[in-house]
Amino acid sequence: MLGFLVHKDGDDVGVAVVDLKKGETARGRTLEGNTEYEIQVQQDIPLGHKIALRDIEQGEKVKEYGEIIGVATKKIMKGEHVHVHNIRTLRWG
Amino acid sequence: MERQILAYRRENGKVGIRNYVLLITIDDISNAVVEAVEKAVAGTLAIPHPYGRLQFGKDLELLFRTLIGTGSNPNVAAAIVVGIEPKWTTIVAEGIAKANKPVEAFWVEGSGQIKTIERVMRTAVKMVEDATNLRREPVDISELLISLKCGESDTTSGLGANKVVGRFTERFLSIGGTVLFGETTELTGAEHIVASRFKDEREREKFLKFFEEYQQLVKSQGVDLLGSQPTEGNIAGGLSTIEEKALGNIQKIGNAMIDGALDYAEPPKGKGLYFMNTSSAAAEAVTLFAAAGAVIHLFPTGQGNPIGNPILPVVKITANPKTAANMSEHIDVDVSAVLRGEMNLDQAADMLWKRVVETANGRMVKAEILNHKEFVLTKLYPSA
Repeated sequence: MLGFLVHKDGDDVGVAVVDLKKGETARGRTLEGNTEYEIQVQQDIPLGHKIALRDIEQGEKVKEYGEIIGVATKKIMKGEHVHVHNIRTLRWG
Repeated sequence: MERQILAYRRENGKVGIRNYVLLITIDDISNAVVEAVEKAVAGTLAIPHPYGRLQFGKDLELLFRTLIGTGSNPNVAAAIVVGIEPKWTTIVAEGIAKANKPVEAFWVEGSGQIKTIERVMRTAVKMVEDATNLRREPVDISELLISLKCGESDTTSGLGANKVVGRFTERFLSIGGTVLFGETTELTGAEHIVASRFKDEREREKFLKFFEEYQQLVKSQGVDLLGSQPTEGNIAGGLSTIEEKALGNIQKIGNAMIDGALDYAEPPKGKGLYFMNTSSAAAEAVTLFAAAGAVIHLFPTGQGNPIGNPILPVVKITANPKTAANMSEHIDVDVSAVLRGEMNLDQAADMLWKRVVETANGRMVKAEILNHKEFVLTKLYPSA
């Protein structure tokens, strides 16, 4: 079963298309591509929420859609939930 | 892809897919008249609103443009305009008359509410008889003016519903259709991509000016939109930043190039894809699109949004399987199979195309069936 989808090759995050459970191995692929992923889920990640596809250092910019969606406010490990608790916007101050 | 629809060809050549006898008020204090007539005369539709007194300057111009545009919309067969005073009432009625459709103006001052209601009723009865005697005729779907705006978005919007709408939009434009999109502040983080799509440098400059004006407006209030963008619903759905929301938002226009930039409620100058300066609040934006002449609206949603409009069918599309199940009474097109990898974007766009044809032919959408008639005027600043 498909666990998550990735917009573009090179993105740092995927989007859960089912509720992902900590400890499971989730399979994903790019939306209209052939790149496949297999990632150990580190935290429960609800449908629609993002999963880190690689380790991301604090202060690193985060990519989705092949574009920058914000910056990591703390270190994020591959397989962890990526959301408002660990990334923030680069806009509006 | 089916291209023929059955629709109403109006006197000015424009194509509508609904056939309303519309009761428009100029001002808040005339709402009681149109509300009474709507109850008394079957087949009429009143659009009361809370403004229209002591507006001035650009804000007043926008009121007139919105009311005239709404009455001129091809989904409207005939219109009655009611206000307290003759001057503004006549301005709006004369504006609508330019669309060559039946329109009459009435004012309450000098004769009172009861006599005005009687006069409006007598005219409305005749207009409903005439409107219901009009017949739909075969028309090519590319003659429709379609508007786009998403709401209660989540990551399934950018991944599914908005992408499906984007694929639809690319196809619709390729056969010569016309499409409007907007949501100026919600493009923050993707404005560079939108700017890069303009065919014409002057139109690109216009877009960037609208965009910058909105950013300045927000700053001038000494705040930012961090508390409201993304919204609570967006965040619950997994959207983390305005950039992510904006990148998801612009999936609705696919890879299409943009023909022009329009101000609030300004009708497009030709065929193609147009950006319109709008608020990102759903009802305000859809009201402006309708005033610019849009006859059907495509509304992708993630967490589910019930919004409708008095004169436009608002077609709801979701890719979120939970929303499709839990808010099914609001969803017209369920494309959650895209997320499961069981349907590709082309197949989903086929499904949406079929529903647009059916909606154009008269099938009601959920927002119409559930009586959603949000008519919300955009106010630029306080009245005098």
